Amino acid sequence: MYEKLTIHELRDKIKNKEVTIKEVVDDVFKRIEALEPKVEAFVTLNKEYAYKRAEELQAKLDNGDNIGILGGIPVAIKDNMCMKDTLTTCSSKMLSNFVSPYSGTVVTKLEEAGAIIVGKTNMDEFAMGSSTATSAHKKTTNPWDTERVPGGSSGGSAACVAADMAIASLGSDTGGSIRQPASYCSVVGLKPTYGLVSRFGLIAFASSLDQIGPFTKDVRDSAIMLNAIAGHDSKDTTSVEIEVPDYEKALDGSVKGLKIGIPTEFIKDGLNPEVKKAFDEAIEKLKELGAEVKEISLDYAKYALPVYYIIAPAEASSNLARYDGIKYGYRTANFDNLEDIYANSRTEGFGDEVKRRIMLGTYVLSSGYYDAYYKRAGQVRTLIKEDFDKAFADVDVIALPTAPNTTFKFGEKSNNPVEMYLEDIFTVPVNIAGLPGISVPCGFDSKNLPIGLQFIGKVFDEQTLLKVSYAYEQNTEHHKARPNI
Amino acid sequence: MKITHEEVKHIAKLAKLSLSEEEVEKYAKDLGGIAEFVEKLNEVDVTGVNPTAHAVDKYNVFRADELKDSYNREAILKNAPSKEAGCISVPKVVE
Repeated sequence: MYEKLTIHELRDKIKNKEVTIKEVVDDVFKRIEALEPKVEAFVTLNKEYAYKRAEELQAKLDNGDNIGILGGIPVAIKDNMCMKDTLTTCSSKMLSNFVSPYSGTVVTKLEEAGAIIVGKTNMDEFAMGSSTATSAHKKTTNPWDTERVPGGSSGGSAACVAADMAIASLGSDTGGSIRQPASYCSVVGLKPTYGLVSRFGLIAFASSLDQIGPFTKDVRDSAIMLNAIAGHDSKDTTSVEIEVPDYEKALDGSVKGLKIGIPTEFIKDGLNPEVKKAFDEAIEKLKELGAEVKEISLDYAKYALPVYYIIAPAEASSNLARYDGIKYGYRTANFDNLEDIYANSRTEGFGDEVKRRIMLGTYVLSSGYYDAYYKRAGQVRTLIKEDFDKAFADVDVIALPTAPNTTFKFGEKSNNPVEMYLEDIFTVPVNIAGLPGISVPCGFDSKNLPIGLQFIGKVFDEQTLLKVSYAYEQNTEHHKARPNI
Repeated sequence: MKITHEEVKHIAKLAKLSLSEEEVEKYAKDLGGIAEFVEKLNEVDVTGVNPTAHAVDKYNVFRADELKDSYNREAILKNAPSKEAGCISVPKVVE
């Protein structure tokens, strides 16, 4: 039963010796073994390592030593984060045999905080997708309805927390890859400000957009996970040197006097009526709790998606040029010369969506098209950022739905790439502007499928983001619902 | 917007991917669809707007030039598909 608890519940029980760390790890692996055939959330399990860590941490605790803010907590990480001597595949055939010789900074930080990394989770190949269905390994399902997708690209990390197969997890978010699956699976998903969490050891997709963040069962756990992973790292040049506060202290339960902006015009098109209803109810709740709700305009936000589909593939085509079959990763068996190794290794090693994005990125960066696409996208990006700056002069946070719809069935949107891309319409502007965003559970549709409420904060103001999310969560019951699986 | 089969083949060559005729057909359609979707940006007046490459204003990050241990050579080479004498090996490049 310990697998059902949160970090803050478990940390006290572990500290007070009501339960041993081994018992917690036992329960989590029992749950994984029972549900993995249905949910298929994991690419790799670290069972041996987990029990060894449990033993070490328990010995430290029994000795009266501090075991850290995540001491003995079983967590999972997305398979695009390098962990020393562990397979790191990015759910691609290209890296199916890649054993990382080092650990990324978030992995080191989790370990220093006392966490036990029980496994690596399934994802869309190279984090490119919104369903986790582009994985080369397996089909992760949504614990609320296994006929449907968990969202993506961090689908395994969202599904395993929703199904109590890990107490918390890490994902990465380039255009919504933490928030959208959190919304689809009814968990809390936080994308921190660009630069708050080090990306050293995160396999790059789109470097000006990627950011690592936690999936948790509630908002307090999100603050605890952020405490563990935030902070400057000299190994990541985009990491920002700022004083990191104790995020848990921001959770005072109040929204009184807080100004919340609603971009009414931006969200009115294409929004599923059941999602809209849940969103409107959430806003009413926030008003009831004393928040001041204001309408705001984000005139350029509607251009964020086309901007994203230029910038992200352009950066991806450049980042993925390193996979050439030479230094590591998949090498074709079919070659006569060096040129064949490159082309055949890439052609055989990458899946369809990855190739599509590499092609698109190469196209927009190719001679004669650069100004029309990439430069213009960068200019519109400036306008989108300025839009948010203007809005934040008047409000403390912005609220909008996380996704326009609830989870869809496998194969439902795979014929038309643009239709799939539209699921990210409300999450992408946040990455374009480098802001922090969070998705918290805000209800269910008539099919009992989860709906997420998104808050967007000012740059490096995760405190207000967590504060408003916590106040909302503590005054509603949605986060307590668990899937019947 | 239409992207021709010749263009698709040219892009594939630049990206070092080999495509079958069916794939060329499929990507021409998909890329055309996406290109049409991003053309929406042409409605925006961007005159005099500086492009943003990065959400955070940070440039030229330097570190002190100090000697530090690097990774173990053998550990790094473990992932190489083919190696010889402590090096990664590739087919002959010069005839």
